[in-house]
Amino acid sequence: MDVLLDNLNIFGPFFLTTIELFALAAVGSLILGTILAMMRVSPVPVFRAAGTTYVMVVRNTPLTLVFAFFVFAYPLLKIVELSYFTAAVVSLTVYTSAFICEVVRSGINTVPIGQAEAGRALGLGFGQIIGQIVLPQALRSVVPPLISTLIALLKNTTIAAGFSVAEAGAIRQYLSERGYNQFIGLLWVAFGFIILVSVLSFVQRSLEKRWSVSR
Amino acid sequence: MSTVMFDIPGPKARVRHRLLAVVGSVALAGLIAFVLYRFYDSGQFTAKKWDWLQYKQVQEDLVSAVLATLQAFALGAVLALIFGAVFAIGRLSEHAWIRGSAAVVVEFFRAIPLLILMFVFYYGLPMIGTKTTPFVAVVLGLTLYNGSVLAEIFRAGIQALPKGQAEAAYALGMRKTQVMITVLLPQAIRAMLPTIISQLVVLLKDTALGFLITYPELLYYARFIGSQGQFGRPIVPSTIVAGAIYIAMCLLLTGLATYLEKRNRRSKKHIELTDTKAKNIADGAATGGVGL
Repeated sequence: MDVLLDNLNIFGPFFLTTIELFALAAVGSLILGTILAMMRVSPVPVFRAAGTTYVMVVRNTPLTLVFAFFVFAYPLLKIVELSYFTAAVVSLTVYTSAFICEVVRSGINTVPIGQAEAGRALGLGFGQIIGQIVLPQALRSVVPPLISTLIALLKNTTIAAGFSVAEAGAIRQYLSERGYNQFIGLLWVAFGFIILVSVLSFVQRSLEKRWSVSR
Repeated sequence: MSTVMFDIPGPKARVRHRLLAVVGSVALAGLIAFVLYRFYDSGQFTAKKWDWLQYKQVQEDLVSAVLATLQAFALGAVLALIFGAVFAIGRLSEHAWIRGSAAVVVEFFRAIPLLILMFVFYYGLPMIGTKTTPFVAVVLGLTLYNGSVLAEIFRAGIQALPKGQAEAAYALGMRKTQVMITVLLPQAIRAMLPTIISQLVVLLKDTALGFLITYPELLYYARFIGSQGQFGRPIVPSTIVAGAIYIAMCLLLTGLATYLEKRNRRSKKHIELTDTKAKNIADGAATGGVGL
């Protein structure tokens, strides 16, 4: 207990950074993932091919390697300079969006084609059909895999600790510098993640209950 | 072909699609050209940066780094499969205390980030008097985390089998253990094979976490070569090479999963799963893995 109470000034801000990383990367990968999913179902072959290639490459690359690329290799290319925190958000977004893309795509595929056809018959435009008919239904059916992906993202934020971001994964290092027992400290970090994951699971269950569609 | 998102294109839409194809190609080509130009401009394509690949010593070290990755993968995969099978059976036990404790273990290891788990084994255990090596920490972490995910996959597979399978086995006079080991588990594994292999791809990728606890695997070696002044610090080329090797290994495993799935569908022993939850898990894995 001492390990936690004596070091609340580490645990607090570091877990806050974890949550910030998670929130920014979640929003980023939801946007990028949805765009990629659109590309993968679009009638233009170039977009389909680009989306497919992106997903294939990123899904088969370890996240640690993505991090290593953006932290060690990317600065040498001198495009835009990224801070460690931004590099972590970019890496997590690049990686997670490939998985979000697949989830959204499978969701789009669950919407019966008659839904869109009925919309077209009513004279709705492309944007209206996507925004009001297809995506709302698609999102409902993919709540469980979507939240699973976000839970994985939350756990993946710990990798940023290995690349100079002061978040929950890095607590261990600071505790050992202060001479506290790392083992106990790590157990507290694990406990923190169990709480965060439980919160997300709770959100998943309540959304599932509220949004479940019976077909 | 009409899809949910897009109607069959008429003459106007066809023109629009063609226009979009041209604009899209130009934009993508521009993006790729820009990135390649940055690579070229920062000297990543000079012969000196790629020279290291020609040294025999480097090649041998690269191979042994890949072998270290595969070693952690192989041991982790075997142990995770065993762990998964044991805990899946545990969660289906008729004794509440076995069921309960198996559930606690599985949920516990699924909720903790794998890296934290590896930290616990590598940095934490020496604190309470147990010496560990990076290899042991990596393998233990991979086993406990992926084993827990696999336990859920096995359990879903077993639960999704038609009830008649177990009932027929009991009617033949088989005991509980016999029913589980000779009837239910083999069929569940067969039905869930593609999902199981997707999870093994996740396990293979997760070996790269060993980099962060100084296990000398592929990524660790790429970083090492990338910092060598005598080769001109080729961190960009070495990251590309490591990435290509990882992608090739994962694609081989994914190819195996696709092949097995096709063979499974043709097979006479194929059983249609009745449970939608198992199908969801299988779909979830197909679209990205339960644990990523």
